Amino acid sequence: MSTEFRTPLSRARGLGSAKHGAAHWIAERVSALALIPLVLWAVFGVIRLARADFDTAVAWLASPVNAVLMVLLVLVAFWHMQTGVRVIIEDYIHKLLTKSVLLLANLFIVSLAGALAIFSILKVALGGAL
Amino acid sequence: MVELALPKNSRVQKGRHHPAPAGAKKVKTFKVYRYDPEQPGNPRWDTYDVDIEACGPMVLDVLIHIKNEIDPTLAFRRSCREGVCGSCAMNIGGRNTLACTHGHAEIPGKECQIAPLPSMPVVKDLVPDLTMFYAQYASIEPWLHTKTPEPQQEWRQSPEDREKLDGLYECILCACCTTSCPSYWWNGEKYLGPATLLHAYRWLIDSRDEATGERLDALEDPFKLYRCHTIMNCAQVCPKGLNPAKAIAEVKKMLVDRVI
Repeated sequence: MSTEFRTPLSRARGLGSAKHGAAHWIAERVSALALIPLVLWAVFGVIRLARADFDTAVAWLASPVNAVLMVLLVLVAFWHMQTGVRVIIEDYIHKLLTKSVLLLANLFIVSLAGALAIFSILKVALGGAL
Repeated sequence: MVELALPKNSRVQKGRHHPAPAGAKKVKTFKVYRYDPEQPGNPRWDTYDVDIEACGPMVLDVLIHIKNEIDPTLAFRRSCREGVCGSCAMNIGGRNTLACTHGHAEIPGKECQIAPLPSMPVVKDLVPDLTMFYAQYASIEPWLHTKTPEPQQEWRQSPEDREKLDGLYECILCACCTTSCPSYWWNGEKYLGPATLLHAYRWLIDSRDEATGERLDALEDPFKLYRCHTIMNCAQVCPKGLNPAKAIAEVKKMLVDRVI
């Protein structure tokens, strides 16, 4: 048996409730919902571009509606990915230091990749690509 | 960090074999987890060839037969032998269930493996240490909370409101669901687990309770509640046919309800 002198109830209560979690849970679901039309739109858009040449593809992405939808897709997809990976890290990694490093890495890598993607879209849309 | 293999001193080794008595008519082999904290060495699998014509239909009958006739050192909990007390919860043929309501004929094949509930410390043989499980249950304060002065007689409840407790109040706290949940295996110290959360919901929707908000406050936590990823093992194994996963989903819905 353990030499733990804390009572079981004290251990079960732990640090108490963080009093948050609902917002994260809602964000996961709302972003998943938003991704359904965005991903469908992107898949059809890219299929239509499959046989097109470079200039047509640039013109397609540069049109205001397509550029805005593409930025939204990138934002929502990367945010959704970040929240999902965060849950996986919390599930499996228990050491505070390792967990903190991985959670920060998750946030930073996703932010960097997302920012690069959005910048690229804007560059094409605002005419810097050609 | 999640441990994918058992620590060295917990690895289960091959144990003793107890052959069937001469003249046994119908023999089934039961592979039983054995661990004695007072003896040195690792846990082991002992195998018992049991004449199942000589004992009753349930796995608990087999265990009692083994203890009475073959090996009195076997330790397990049992009490009501009819699925009401929850004492004999164990892992039978790879599934958590009650030994007293699970027929040995239901287990396919010639061999049946019996182990204690997964992920809990083992006290001895098939007896798990459920201290934390009970403490987590106590932590949700499973009793009526009221501010209104006690009525002269009982707290009244409409038949419709009473009906909302069906499918929840039947839980016997056997721990089959909680110990079958991978989220609980990984985060059992922080995640409350399906049984406790089912009871938490039972008090949340009790029309007589006056602490719904405080109860929700105490549950809204990335670990206490939101480790549930709807894996559904809890609903699959519940020997009383309850659905803790649905109860947890209802708690999550209540938490959404109060912000939108």
